[in-house]
Amino acid sequence: AENEQVSPLQNLDVGRSCILVSIAGKNVMLDCGMHMGYNDDRRFPDFSYITQNGRLTDFLDCVIISHFHLDHCGALPYFSEMVGYDGPIYMTHPTKAICPILLEDYRKITVDKKGETNFFTSQMIKDCMKKVVAVHLHQTVQVDEELEIKAYYAGHVLGAAMFQIKVGCESVVYTGDYNMTPDRHLGAAWIDKCRPDLLITESTYATTIRDSKRCRERDFLKKVHETVERGGKVLIPVFALGRAQELCILLETFWERMNLKAPIYFSTGLTEKANHYYKLFITWTNQKIRKTFVQRNMFEFKHIKAFDRAFADNPGPMVVFATPGMLHAGQSLQIFRKWAGNEKNMVIMPGYCVQGTVGHKILSGQRKLEMEGRQIVSSPKWLLIDKACAFHLLLLQLEVKMQVEYMSFSAHADAKGIMQLIRQAEPRNVLLVHGEAKKMEFLKQKIEQEFHVSCYMPANGETTTIFTNPSIPVDISLGLLKRETAIGLLPDVKKPKLMHGTLIMKDNSFRLVSPEQALKELGLAEHQLRFTCRVHIQDPRKEHETVLRVYNHLKGVLKDYSVQHLPDGSITVESILIQATAHSEDQGTKVLLVSWTYQDEELGSYLTSLLKKGLPQSTS
Amino acid sequence: MLDCGLDMTSTLNFLPLPLVQSPRLSKLPGWVLKDGSTFLDKELKECSGHVFVDSVPEFCLPETELLDLSTVDVILISNYHCMMALPYITEYTGFTGTVYATEPTVQIGRLLMEELVNSIERVPKAQSASMWKNKEVQRLLPAPLKDAVEVSMWRKCYTMPEVNAALSKIQLVGYSQKIELFGAVQVTPLSSGYALGSSNWIIQSHYEKVSYVSGSSLLTTHPQPMDQASLKNSDVLILTGLTQIPTANPDGMVGEFCSNLAMTVRNGGNVLVPCYPSGVIYDLLECLYQYIDSAGLSNVPFYFISPVANSSLEFSQIFAEWLCHNKQTKVYLPEPPFPHAELIQTNKLKHYPSIHGDFSNDFKQPCVVFTGHPSLRFGDVVHFMELWGKSSLNTVIFTEPDFSYLDALAPYQPLAMKCVYCPIDTRLNFIQVSKLLKEVQPLHVVCPEQYTQPPPTQSHRTDLMIDCQPPPMSYRRAEVLTLPYKRRYEKIEIMPELADSLVPLEIKPGISLATVSAVLHTKDNKHVLQLPPKPPQPPASKKRKRVSEDVPECKPLKPLLSGSIPVEQFVQTLEKHGFSDVKVEDTAKGHIVLLQEAETLIQIEEDSTHIICDNDEPLRVKLRDLVLKFLQKF
Repeated sequence: AENEQVSPLQNLDVGRSCILVSIAGKNVMLDCGMHMGYNDDRRFPDFSYITQNGRLTDFLDCVIISHFHLDHCGALPYFSEMVGYDGPIYMTHPTKAICPILLEDYRKITVDKKGETNFFTSQMIKDCMKKVVAVHLHQTVQVDEELEIKAYYAGHVLGAAMFQIKVGCESVVYTGDYNMTPDRHLGAAWIDKCRPDLLITESTYATTIRDSKRCRERDFLKKVHETVERGGKVLIPVFALGRAQELCILLETFWERMNLKAPIYFSTGLTEKANHYYKLFITWTNQKIRKTFVQRNMFEFKHIKAFDRAFADNPGPMVVFATPGMLHAGQSLQIFRKWAGNEKNMVIMPGYCVQGTVGHKILSGQRKLEMEGRQIVSSPKWLLIDKACAFHLLLLQLEVKMQVEYMSFSAHADAKGIMQLIRQAEPRNVLLVHGEAKKMEFLKQKIEQEFHVSCYMPANGETTTIFTNPSIPVDISLGLLKRETAIGLLPDVKKPKLMHGTLIMKDNSFRLVSPEQALKELGLAEHQLRFTCRVHIQDPRKEHETVLRVYNHLKGVLKDYSVQHLPDGSITVESILIQATAHSEDQGTKVLLVSWTYQDEELGSYLTSLLKKGLPQSTS
Repeated sequence: MLDCGLDMTSTLNFLPLPLVQSPRLSKLPGWVLKDGSTFLDKELKECSGHVFVDSVPEFCLPETELLDLSTVDVILISNYHCMMALPYITEYTGFTGTVYATEPTVQIGRLLMEELVNSIERVPKAQSASMWKNKEVQRLLPAPLKDAVEVSMWRKCYTMPEVNAALSKIQLVGYSQKIELFGAVQVTPLSSGYALGSSNWIIQSHYEKVSYVSGSSLLTTHPQPMDQASLKNSDVLILTGLTQIPTANPDGMVGEFCSNLAMTVRNGGNVLVPCYPSGVIYDLLECLYQYIDSAGLSNVPFYFISPVANSSLEFSQIFAEWLCHNKQTKVYLPEPPFPHAELIQTNKLKHYPSIHGDFSNDFKQPCVVFTGHPSLRFGDVVHFMELWGKSSLNTVIFTEPDFSYLDALAPYQPLAMKCVYCPIDTRLNFIQVSKLLKEVQPLHVVCPEQYTQPPPTQSHRTDLMIDCQPPPMSYRRAEVLTLPYKRRYEKIEIMPELADSLVPLEIKPGISLATVSAVLHTKDNKHVLQLPPKPPQPPASKKRKRVSEDVPECKPLKPLLSGSIPVEQFVQTLEKHGFSDVKVEDTAKGHIVLLQEAETLIQIEEDSTHIICDNDEPLRVKLRDLVLKFLQKF
């Protein structure tokens, strides 16, 4: 039995993903995410876990990135350029295109705005991306002679993919983040019945069965509409790419239909670029958008305009999409600070927020926030707490009066979706990552009940070993196979037919041939082993009459066998020969000579014991 | 079935379909036989000494009579030009299988079909000539009509519903995707470097590999480069779709194209480029993008007229993953991969669905018009030929290599317009072929007969043929070729439980054997060997006594035996097992071992052993097992 090992480096919450898989001697790292909730060393996975001594390049056969979200690729330049890895990194084309943009954006926020050091540089991002090999959907990429990988559509964000990792007949599927229901701009995740030994699936929404998307969308539009009607401002923190486009399409069509005038803004920088990517990678969107893009490109928005920082202070209602999505830094946080004090305003969190972020705090009901700021804000709502902080870092308190709404628009599979994917792929084992322990426990039980497969949920740094029992591929000579399948085609298929062959094992090659061919190939002669038994039968009749009686008897008993009476007076049962002679001393006794080879041992032995019992009384 | 192309050269025998009533064409005289009979003058018209069929143009289909197409399981498409006959095959032959093609192939193939259907349907022709097809009549016609093959099989163009139905049977695939067919073979498309999404195909089982190389290019144009490495180790390589113009260098032709274009426009003339709506046109537009400013052509309008012009230009920008490295890099920026986006933005290139509508308002001369169809028999190009043909200021530049330009021009003669022939065919030439074959080294090469001899018009050019060792096997239309390959092995899987039960024996150094008795399961052409089921436990009832009397259920064959019995050792073994009266007699071929008391004798020879005993089964079994100890089982 061989085995596969899975070690999640960091994953047991939605903080970030980074998983190490060892399969049939190959080591593959799945995703290389950073934790958005930390500002120190803890934000990157602990790569020293992989190898204490020795280079990562020597240990890892390849790295696979599932999609461009930073919790899946944010540590990549750190990993490849600062820790040091020169092997191949695989991702899809859109991920390869967008990932460096987001990394650079994050780098700017961290280094340029927050002034942190010991972070990767722009050049490192570029050098890192040079190591990336782009893959097509469903393309089988031969990483080396034994290891192959294949990407499937995941529908989570543009270019998101699930990956199959295969060595010989052992395989693992890693889902990354995925979505099983098509939305306004992406299609649904799909995988074939590839029956992996292990399916590693995200479980962000392990216990949620989400209500219909339509309801959520209606709810969202209603809340935005009401706020705008009463003159309030709506802040929607988003990632530049992903849900942002989905919600933009939603609002755009709503504004069009309702003929609304309140301005919608999208925080500048990435927006236009982002929409460009969507236009150029339109083959990765859903069927409807792909079909109509020549007539009308869904990513050219009429109502949504670029945001300028000064607009935040404009009077009157407005809707602003701003990055980043978890309110942990940047423009969304700035706008939030400005608008938080007014109960007319609203912030809608359309996705999951990692622990430690402002987004997570307000979603868990916290209304008084301690914030760090680099300058003293003159607003009376800010309260000075600690003067002695280095770098003029001040902890401030912010009171949140604006309405806080959470609406799950993240394109993750819910419990139903996860079950559906398991049904599609038919894995032999399931491993849950990227979720919260309690919820995962619930899902684990459900999976084990419904599919009768083992389900695992390892903790950070814990290694799960899964034993596989692969069958052994062998070359069978076509002659032997055809002989056997021809037998199999006979009408009598109720009884399983046994097939006989000789397995020749030579230099790691396994060939199954007919015994005759095996002897011939090895230059050996067959040794024939034959048995002849004398059976005495009391029968006063003439010899040929005795023979006829024996023949009729055997014919009656051995219905499935070929019993023949030959012209020379002998009888054959298959290849067994029976001859009768009169006893030299006693004419009333006939001697039956039963002769068979070792190949017919069973039947020969049976025949002698049958004949020994004598012939039945003649019925004539 | 490999590819499904449509022979459109048949349309050259027909009169052009004018978009606007053409007095010249309608006044052409009917054709009269030598003996003066005029019964064909409605169907055939004469123009400058050539005879044309005055009817809806018809196409020559792939061979459909030779085999029952309902027995075809799969059609593999190599590029969008090679799928034009698909609706005829999928809709009218009983074909129920699957067609495999890449996404760009299907999308652009759809555009080509749409353009074809559109240009024929929008000029309804009352007449459908058929009399001339009669074998007796065809014999009397002048060449080339006389020699046209299988005219009875020629068909009118399909319709859009048929196109849609045909395309719905296509399964999209990506490069290097392994597609299992019925568990028996695996097919894989590889980039062929010729057009967006163009593919070569690998068809392989575990032991045999056939490569189908069709329409490949080693030049760097817009598509992803050709994948040569994956073609290595082929048992058979089927080679087709080489360049139509082996003597023309595409780069030189592009240069000539640009200079002729510039010269004509500078002299106040118009340039007409008959072309397909996708493919080389992207490269031409890119060349012009770099060329027009330096050539002082910035104010000359470029028009691209096709019902699918807009779609073609848009689609070209969204297939980043199928483009060459340079263009891919642009998409990462993100910028459109083709510069024609900029030509359109700056109003230098304008596109229209047809000459009707907006185009007639915007139309300014002198100008450059790209439009189809390259055969000059239908599409908007017919209009421009009629419009510009009379002036020697204008130039028509032929870039597509599929049609002889002289034949294409025949129904427009006499013509004052200049004609320039710059065929741009990026597919493999014979030098590249021999380089490729040296590189990938297939065991056998199979190709059309034409490639094994110099072109008929240049019989001295022995360099214009495939040269490889062993010489290629060639095929002709409607010919069956047997490939020199014998299949010997198949893959089978031994289940782990069965594998555990095997007892390998080392027979010779490095070679081990194990006899396998197992149950063979075959499903979807996958074979699996499992442990034989345990014999069913006899039910614990009164029947039990009779078990031994039951006829043996199945016929468990015993293995073959090999080896020989060393008599002395055998006798020692017998004695060890309590036989005290063993006597050995020598015979001519071996020995006879006698067990006197038991009245049993064992004949031992080099390759056989015969145990002859009376009615004593336990004794026989004991002797059997002792003999077996000296033999190897197979």
